[in-house]
Amino acid sequence: MNKTITIDGLSVPFQEGQTIMDAALAAGVYIPRLCHNPEFKPHGSCKLCTVKVNGRNVASCTMPAVEGQQVLNDTDELNADRLALTQMLFVEGNHLCPACEKSGNCQLQAVAYYLGMMSPHYNHFYPQREVDASHPDVILDRNRCIYCELCVRASRDADGKNVFGLSGRGIQSSLVVNSASGRLGDTSLAATDKAVQVCPTGAILQKGKGFTVPIGRRVFDHHTIKEIQTGGGHD
Amino acid sequence: MDQPELSDCAQQLTQILTRHGRDASRLLQILRDVQDACHVISAQAIDLIAVHLAVPRVNVEGVAGFYSFLSTRPVGEYQVLFSGNITDQMLGQDELMQYLCNKLWVEPGKVSEDGLVSIAGTSCTGMCDQGPAALVNGWVLTNLDRNRLDLIGELIRSRKPVAEWPPMLFETADNIRRADMLLGDALAPGAAIGAVLARGARETLAEMDKSNLRGRGGAGFKTASKWSFCHAAIVEEEGHVICDVGGPPERVIVCNADEGEPGTFKDRVLLNSYADLVFEGMTVGARVVGASKGFLYLRGEYRYLLNRLEGVLKRRREAGLLGNAILGQADFSFDIEIHLGAGAYICGEESALIESLEGKRGRPRNRPPFPVTHGYQGRPTVVDNVETFACAAKIAEKGGAWFAAMGTAQSTGTKLLSVSGDVASPGIYEYPFGVTVRQVLADCGAEDPYAVQISGPSGTCVSWKEFDRCIAFEDIPTAGAFMVFSRKRDVFDAVRNFTHFFAHESCGFCTPCRVGTALQQKIIDKIHGGHGTLSDLEELKRLGHLLKTMSHCGLGSSAANPVLDVLAKFPDAFEHKLAGLAFEPAFDLDGALETARKITGRDDEWAHL
Repeated sequence: MNKTITIDGLSVPFQEGQTIMDAALAAGVYIPRLCHNPEFKPHGSCKLCTVKVNGRNVASCTMPAVEGQQVLNDTDELNADRLALTQMLFVEGNHLCPACEKSGNCQLQAVAYYLGMMSPHYNHFYPQREVDASHPDVILDRNRCIYCELCVRASRDADGKNVFGLSGRGIQSSLVVNSASGRLGDTSLAATDKAVQVCPTGAILQKGKGFTVPIGRRVFDHHTIKEIQTGGGHD
Repeated sequence: MDQPELSDCAQQLTQILTRHGRDASRLLQILRDVQDACHVISAQAIDLIAVHLAVPRVNVEGVAGFYSFLSTRPVGEYQVLFSGNITDQMLGQDELMQYLCNKLWVEPGKVSEDGLVSIAGTSCTGMCDQGPAALVNGWVLTNLDRNRLDLIGELIRSRKPVAEWPPMLFETADNIRRADMLLGDALAPGAAIGAVLARGARETLAEMDKSNLRGRGGAGFKTASKWSFCHAAIVEEEGHVICDVGGPPERVIVCNADEGEPGTFKDRVLLNSYADLVFEGMTVGARVVGASKGFLYLRGEYRYLLNRLEGVLKRRREAGLLGNAILGQADFSFDIEIHLGAGAYICGEESALIESLEGKRGRPRNRPPFPVTHGYQGRPTVVDNVETFACAAKIAEKGGAWFAAMGTAQSTGTKLLSVSGDVASPGIYEYPFGVTVRQVLADCGAEDPYAVQISGPSGTCVSWKEFDRCIAFEDIPTAGAFMVFSRKRDVFDAVRNFTHFFAHESCGFCTPCRVGTALQQKIIDKIHGGHGTLSDLEELKRLGHLLKTMSHCGLGSSAANPVLDVLAKFPDAFEHKLAGLAFEPAFDLDGALETARKITGRDDEWAHL
């Protein structure tokens, strides 16, 4: 017999070893997320996927599903808190959607739309962050980094290169690359690396491809992130 | 000559790497030594270390960038870090730091142009009973005043090696003011281990259970349960292995001596004068859970205790109390290794501490699994506080019933309190659980007490109306800090200090804590600067909710405690600082003109609003 949990009252089956997020994904239930990508080991840092289990908040991407769990997901309270976290991500970095090549394909922007973000709410930090254009095929714009470490995980686990890592601490955290010069051009990164493809924002972009698909014809111009991430949309 | 030549550093680096072997779990210890020798961890050093340990360069850079006492940019040959706890500030730390800066012609936070000296602040160094305190190249300075800083300034200018400075600058005192069952009578080394061997491991666990000892680090988890979970993670006799990481099954005992909670310094005293008791407790734990490896994770600020502790370990090995066949018991081997931290409060969180022990960034892990089943290098690991192990040794010797006879039903035994702030006799006070705040205040000679911050910034702020409350898990749980503020203090200053502390110490892993602690600091600073409004108070409450409910670990979830506590208990402390109160000003503008009217001798219609 299948084991099940309930998400917002809906009965969702799961297999031993799956997380709440795994079970939700398999059942086509959308839980907002940024740092989680089913292809990689769960990280649990963005906290957007926080759900309430038996009265306690947990990150659904790292919390194992356990028989009988009553999970609250799409509630006003959780969505309000997720919106606040998204606004935090916007103000701690320098995110200028209208001028960003990723606009329309950006998960941060799409999640903000999904959660109904109308303003950044908090005061902007306007941090000084470095842009690295030293690589012939890839640009690294730290202004847009949200520390999800998907590039770190992809480079380590899929590409076997360890091109990216995190240094610093707290609000002074920064994405560092694997070269003594600190320049991306001096690493072994290739444009075909998985690490270049997984960035949910516009922090890591392939050069020369920014506007291959014009604005207006991009993924989230026509579908919500919920549709895309539950397989309900196209593209 | 500002910094040692690169070749000097390269040479020293080679020696350091040789000394530590090719063990990547020694990375933090290696980086500490490099920082000591070169006053910087250069890009070249990172390269060499990465190659030597065969780990990715980004991992080395990540660790070097995480810990406050490591620096990828040069610091002064002499680095003076003033302890920035509120109790240090109350003793004049800000003014003293500026005094030394002026004396040595250096700006706070910068390196002097000749590279000789840098002066900055650091989180609480655990010397609140003898502050203002500082660290010079990692060594503690206590009881600072202008005279001492004059001397220190001269010593730095004359480039006298710190090892040759007058010993009186580094003197520390235990300041034990009240001793009870733990500090009162000494345990003969080996007595508790002997009792365990005579009684048996299972029977000792039963005594631990009977004692109802709960963890002294603040969370209060029952120690016997933790130990039995750890033991149960590998139950060889039943052939049932929950945690199989390959190789011989091994369990690990870790003593958490990363006493970073501002205002707490009781572990410092236990390690200085009761180290045998602590190591004995670890050995008891090892026998009960079946561990052969132990670590003491000593906060970097307490490195001055390192030699002394290594000496105690050596003596215990020679006495047959550590190492192979302890007290002649062929199947009982256990030894303890000391790891030094490097300035990261988060490493007091047990899973972050384990990461740090493994030589990584001190970032709390995702749980489950918990350390008791998957801890150090994936092995079942018990992490307990220094004081918990000291209690465990006493229980092993004297039995669970003896221990449970003291304290209250849910909080057995005694608690060490680190008392500081506006009191006549700061220091260590050991009380049976259940003691009232009022009693402690009377005993330590508190001057007109107004508020007490119990268990540090992450704990509870207790107002003068609540002084009859008790120190116990049933009422006010505590890891030990007890900072007293008299009526003449502005509790907002403490709140501001604590919000800066949390923002500085957030590891940055999760969004709510990384950004939330920074936002909280900005809003508090805005209010401090006289630009706050009521909406800022609402924002603080909303941030508090996000920090409490969305954070990855205890640091984030408690980072709003001081703000929310003081907002609830001392709303005036915030409100009288607000620039304007939207809609309903409580501020009496006409009343504020009274002084001006008196000066000008006017009381006519135009002198009133």
